[in-house]
Amino acid sequence: MGKLYFKKSSKEEKINHPLPKKETIEFLLNYSKALNVVEYKKMKFETMLN
Amino acid sequence: MNNTKVTDASLVRDYLDGNENALGALINRHQHRIYSFIYSKVFDRDISEDIFQDTFIKVIRTLKRGKYNEEGKFLPWVMRIAHNLVIDHFRRNKKMPKFDNSGDFNIFSVLSDDNLNAEKQLIKDQIESDVQELIKELPEDQLEVLTMRIYKDMSFKEISERTGVSINTALGRMRYALINLRKIIEKRNLILTN
Repeated sequence: MGKLYFKKSSKEEKINHPLPKKETIEFLLNYSKALNVVEYKKMKFETMLN
Repeated sequence: MNNTKVTDASLVRDYLDGNENALGALINRHQHRIYSFIYSKVFDRDISEDIFQDTFIKVIRTLKRGKYNEEGKFLPWVMRIAHNLVIDHFRRNKKMPKFDNSGDFNIFSVLSDDNLNAEKQLIKDQIESDVQELIKELPEDQLEVLTMRIYKDMSFKEISERTGVSINTALGRMRYALINLRKIIEKRNLILTN
């Protein structure tokens, strides 16, 4: 009898220790460093520093 | 940095004072719980990654704008943001059905069955039969108007012509029929919900 083979879809794959990718963390840290909030009177402006 | 001895509140204070490393410490400390929570809801690594990123972007913006005031409750606050973003994700997806091209094509992601399932159909049938029993207790004139309007889908003009009363009288009878029905339901402590 022929055997049926099929690949598990990505949704079925189990992740034992789910952690975000390093790139995501790096992006967040860089975003935080680049983000600057300037206060003018009662208003707040966000600027991104390059 | 020894993360185990420093509290979240203290790290948040450090971060607000300009120490960017404090943010790294906070993320490292809580990334597992937050990411696991998101993944447990969406079951997709890429979407989890996006929601995790959006969560911390919101955290960073709120902190930098000086709007954070939940000292000592950093993790529950971040979890609540993540939770709200997960809900937003599902709301968006409900409006825009997604074609899942990662792996086998799942036809059920684009086809939906609007019919009630067996249990809900049973409950609906039961409620309808209960209501039919209840309306038999209404006075004859009210029962007549209600039956014509609800079950025969007649307009009030047609009802007034058929019963020989004015439209206003027919409307009044319908109104009293509904009021009396509610009273009967309350009196019998019935719950008619699906």
